[in-house]
Amino acid sequence: MSVSGIAVALLQVALTIAVAPVLVGLMRKIRARLEGRIGPPISQPWRDLRKLLGKQRLVSANTGWVFSLAPLVLIASAALVAAIVPFLSTRSALDQVGDLFAVVYLLLLGTVFLSLAGLDAGTAFGGMGASRAMTITAIAEPTVLVAIFALSVSSGSSNLGAIVSSTLANPSTAASPQSLLAFAALAVVTIAETGRLPVDNPSAHLELTMIHEAMILEYSGPDLALLELAAHLRLVVFLGLLANLFVPWGIATTVQPLHLLGAAAAVLVKITVLAAIIAVVEVFIAKLRLFRVPELLAASFVLAFLAVTVSFFLA
Amino acid sequence: MRLPRKIIRTGRVTEPAPVDAGPRPALPPAADRLRGSLQIRQVDAGSCNGCEAEFAAAFGPVYDAERFGVRLVASPRHADALVVTGPVTKNMAGPLVNTFEATPGPKLVIALGDCARDCGVFAGGYGVAGSVADIVPVDIEIPGCPPTPEAIIVALRRIVDP
Repeated sequence: MSVSGIAVALLQVALTIAVAPVLVGLMRKIRARLEGRIGPPISQPWRDLRKLLGKQRLVSANTGWVFSLAPLVLIASAALVAAIVPFLSTRSALDQVGDLFAVVYLLLLGTVFLSLAGLDAGTAFGGMGASRAMTITAIAEPTVLVAIFALSVSSGSSNLGAIVSSTLANPSTAASPQSLLAFAALAVVTIAETGRLPVDNPSAHLELTMIHEAMILEYSGPDLALLELAAHLRLVVFLGLLANLFVPWGIATTVQPLHLLGAAAAVLVKITVLAAIIAVVEVFIAKLRLFRVPELLAASFVLAFLAVTVSFFLA
Repeated sequence: MRLPRKIIRTGRVTEPAPVDAGPRPALPPAADRLRGSLQIRQVDAGSCNGCEAEFAAAFGPVYDAERFGVRLVASPRHADALVVTGPVTKNMAGPLVNTFEATPGPKLVIALGDCARDCGVFAGGYGVAGSVADIVPVDIEIPGCPPTPEAIIVALRRIVDP
C-alpha cells in the first residue's frame, strides 16, 4: 500500500463529497427548467446541508441505538466505496479489496441499516418505507450478482481495477453483447437503488408511495444532513461505477498528478452526462405502480442472465 | 413527441420576483440561521383551504418559491418553519403543539392568513380554540383572506434573502 495510492483514495473521497451535492443541484435545475420553472440554484443542496449541520438534533424517546448509528454507517459505507471504486486511477491503495462483491455489499450494508432505522422509530411511514426498500433490494441483488458474473468472465477477475484495465486493453469488449446487456441490467438497478423515477420519486413528499423519504422522516439536524449527503454520495458512486466499468477511457493507469487531473475531468464529464440523462428522462416518465416495480427489476434480471449466458458462449 | 414540443414552445412560465414594497418588520433572531435555505412544514389547523390553495400556488411554476431556496418537506423533523393556516380548532390544538415540539430549533412559526392571526370570521365559534398565537409562539404573520401568492413570496423572501 503506497503513499501515492492512499493519496488517490483520499482524493477520490474528497472529490465525490465535493461534487455529489452540486450534481444533485444540477439535476434539480435541469428538471425545473424543463418544467418551465427557474428552480433553486445549483448550490442549494450545499446550503441545505450547511444549515442542517447547525440545527438541533431531536431524537424520539422510542428509538434505540440503531437509529443513532444508521447515519454514521450510511455515510461511512458510501465514503469507503468512493475510496475503493476506480474513479481516478486503477492503482488505488484499496485496489486489493476493490472487489465488485465488496462494493455491492458495502452499499447494501447502508441500505439495510437505513431500513432498520426506519423500523426503529416505530412510525407507520418508517415501516412502510423499510418493507418497500427491502422488497426492491431483494429483487435487485440477484441482478447485480449475475451482471457482475458477466463482467468478471471476460476479464477473469471480479477486481474492479482488473475489469477496468482489461476493458482498456481490449476496447472491443466494451461494445460486446455481454457488456451491453450487463450495462442495461446495472443501469436499471442503479435507478432502483438510488431512488430515482420510475421506482421512487426523489421530489415526492408525504405520499403513500414514497420509499427513501419514508425511512428518514424521523431524522433531524446533523443526522439528516449525514443521510442526505450519503444519498447524494451513493448516486455519484453508482453513476461513477457504471461509467467507469463500461466506458473506462480517461482513467489514469498511473498515480502521476497530471494524469489524475485528466482522469478527474473525464470522470466528472461522464457522471454529469449520466446525471443529465436521468434528469431529462425523469421529466417524461411517471412513477411505476409499486406492484409493477418487480416486473421492471425482473426484466433487468433477465438482461443480466442473458449477459452471463452470452459471455459463456462467446468466451 | 408532443411533450418535448410543448416544453420548447412553453419555455419558462415563472414570473419575475414580486417587489417588496411594504414596511419590513424586525425578523426574529432564529431567522439569521435560515438564510438561503428554508424548509417549511405546512400545518392546516382548521382552515377553509383558501390559504392552502394560494400557498400551493406560491410553489407552482408561475411563482416558483423554490428558486429562493424555500422547500416544502414531509416531516416537522426536517422543517425550519411551520406555516400554520386557519383558526386553531379544538381538535387541532394538541397536534399543533406536538408538531411545534417535534420541530428542531432554530425554528419559526408563520401564521398564514387572517384566520391564523385573529380567527377571522370564525372568531368565537364553538369549535375554535383560538388564534395560532394563543397556542404556539408566532414569529411572522402574513395578512390576507387569503394572502396572495405574491404576499407569501415577499414574506418568505424576507427570511431567506434579507
